[in-house]
Amino acid sequence: MISIKNLHASIGEKEILRGINLEVKAGEVHAIMGPNGSGKSTLSSVLAGREDYDVTEGEVIFNGKNLLDLSTEDRAREGLFLAFQYPIEIPGVSNINFLRTALNEIRTYHGQEEMAAKDFLALVKEKQKLVELDVKLTNRSVNEGFSGGEKKRNEIFQMAMLNPKLAILDETDSGLDIDALRIVAQGVNALKSKDNATILITHYQRLLDYIVPDFVHILYQGRIVKSGGKELALELEAKGYDDIKAQFENSES
Amino acid sequence: MVAEKSIVTQQLMESLQKQSSKIAFIPDNEIVSAIRQLEEKGVPNNKHEDYKYCNIESYIRREFKTLSQSFTTIETKDLAAFKLDDAVNLVVLNGHYSADLSEKIIAKGITVKALNEIDTSEKALIATQAKSASDSLIALNTVFCGNGLFFKVDKNNAIPMPVHIIYLNNNTAPSLSNSRSFIHMEANAELTLVESFINIGTDKLFSNYVSEKLLDENAKLTCYTFQNEGSLSYSVHTNQVKINKYANYSNSTFTLSGELVRNNHNIELADSNCEAHLNGLFITKGTQLVDNHTLIDHQMPNCESNELYKGIADGKSIGVFNGKIFVRKDAQKTNAYQSSKNILMSDDATINTKPQLEIYADDVKCSHGTSTGKIDTDALFYLKARGIGEENARKLLLQAFAQELIDKIEVDSLKERVLNLFEKTL
Repeated sequence: MISIKNLHASIGEKEILRGINLEVKAGEVHAIMGPNGSGKSTLSSVLAGREDYDVTEGEVIFNGKNLLDLSTEDRAREGLFLAFQYPIEIPGVSNINFLRTALNEIRTYHGQEEMAAKDFLALVKEKQKLVELDVKLTNRSVNEGFSGGEKKRNEIFQMAMLNPKLAILDETDSGLDIDALRIVAQGVNALKSKDNATILITHYQRLLDYIVPDFVHILYQGRIVKSGGKELALELEAKGYDDIKAQFENSES
Repeated sequence: MVAEKSIVTQQLMESLQKQSSKIAFIPDNEIVSAIRQLEEKGVPNNKHEDYKYCNIESYIRREFKTLSQSFTTIETKDLAAFKLDDAVNLVVLNGHYSADLSEKIIAKGITVKALNEIDTSEKALIATQAKSASDSLIALNTVFCGNGLFFKVDKNNAIPMPVHIIYLNNNTAPSLSNSRSFIHMEANAELTLVESFINIGTDKLFSNYVSEKLLDENAKLTCYTFQNEGSLSYSVHTNQVKINKYANYSNSTFTLSGELVRNNHNIELADSNCEAHLNGLFITKGTQLVDNHTLIDHQMPNCESNELYKGIADGKSIGVFNGKIFVRKDAQKTNAYQSSKNILMSDDATINTKPQLEIYADDVKCSHGTSTGKIDTDALFYLKARGIGEENARKLLLQAFAQELIDKIEVDSLKERVLNLFEKTL
């Protein structure tokens, strides 16, 4: 699905990712954990194509294509989906219009016809149930005036609508109460299949009680310093990040 | 002291005097005052405070080697594209009201006629709002205007169908046109009025519009100004409005093209408890200059004014919003709000926005706000991250920015026209 090799990225003079290696196959769920400032969000931003970052070294192959050569929109059209940590409010652009435009651009990219309005609305109806998103919210402007939980559910709703191959969930659990977390996790689990893959980026183990990962990686100072099964997350929860910090503290920084 | 008259003004007056006939519908004293204004002040240039960034004289000098009045007509069938199908369409062609090209109004309580047909009482109204001494372009229009339109809604009449005045120019050589109109809303009258400004000529045109609007007690006039004059067009629009007690005036201006468009909205809230709402949306590219000047003059108590202007400037274009609000000493309990929001689409585009509040009363609520920035890159990234291409993503965001103003249009066919053109222009 995606193969990240020796990925280095900087913002301005500051190098944030310092050689990431990660291989995710179809059907897998990977969790990337790490303390604040370890580079988790940078990794998701770089993969999605945010221009604030310079990739200085390394390569990313996504479904046989060189991901870093693609524009942000082409990455999305190829099936990469980033659920934002802080979803953006866009007053004046309705959720529905936004999603229809996105879905049809993706379809056009793959040489498919645009979806008929009736089919589109049926799909909206089906998918919004998945994340228990209020019908009223789908008709409102994108994320405008949504609560934190509604914004996160809207991200998963969009993911359900666009049906990506690889979903990167950037701290989707942050700011969620336990009910919202359950709903979001249910949505993600329902969308899981043998053909797609998920990368969960999280600070806490809590989310992993609901979405069980196949692999857990610990990111620290821009590198994956430790990988393991789901038990690694539990270990981290018990011991905290201090152990990791002591073990891998980089003399350069 | 008589200031030296500029060559441009002199040439303008000479070339026009040969061609124009005597204008009978403007009072003689106003004509005298207009000639004096032109003699003394000339066509505005950057030495005139109000035209500091909109040097009309230099535009004329630079863009017009010759200035004639070479116009031709238009076939009725060619008008269709400019009409609105849910309005009564009237036509002012090359500065002259054309009864032949206009649709007949069957509603009661409306007077439509050419200015040279007005009676004595109607003549007494002309040039009571637009004073030549206040602006040389009003003076120029006063001396040289065509046989424009007089439109009146009688008292106590609410006109159910919108009226659409198409100001159309069809010039065949570099030309100057001076169109004039007078809109009179008698007491308790109600009207929705669309004014479209279109040029279909084959050469450059300088058009100088003056529209006087008078709202008697408790009248309501809802106006839309649709400007799509094209790249050969240089125009100045003076909209001079007087609002009396309990009357309500609103106008939304949509400027979609025109190499130079200068709008002067001068709104006089002349009595208590009246309202004025001024909105504007402009989109500029290339080397366009769109300059919106509004003057709202609160003279009496308990009145309200609202202004919302939005601009999008691309290329090397310049957009201006200059909003002056006077609150005179008798205008207690005034509510006056003003907001100007702008998006710069390129590094070479310019937006100048200048709110000016002069308040001489002490019990008032006034506020103004302005913002100018680039398109929101976070929002752009968000849209692109969902597979929406750069161009469509920008369009979605600019439409969202403009939607608030387009949504104010209550004439469906106009709304559709503005929306379509707006999308094409993006």
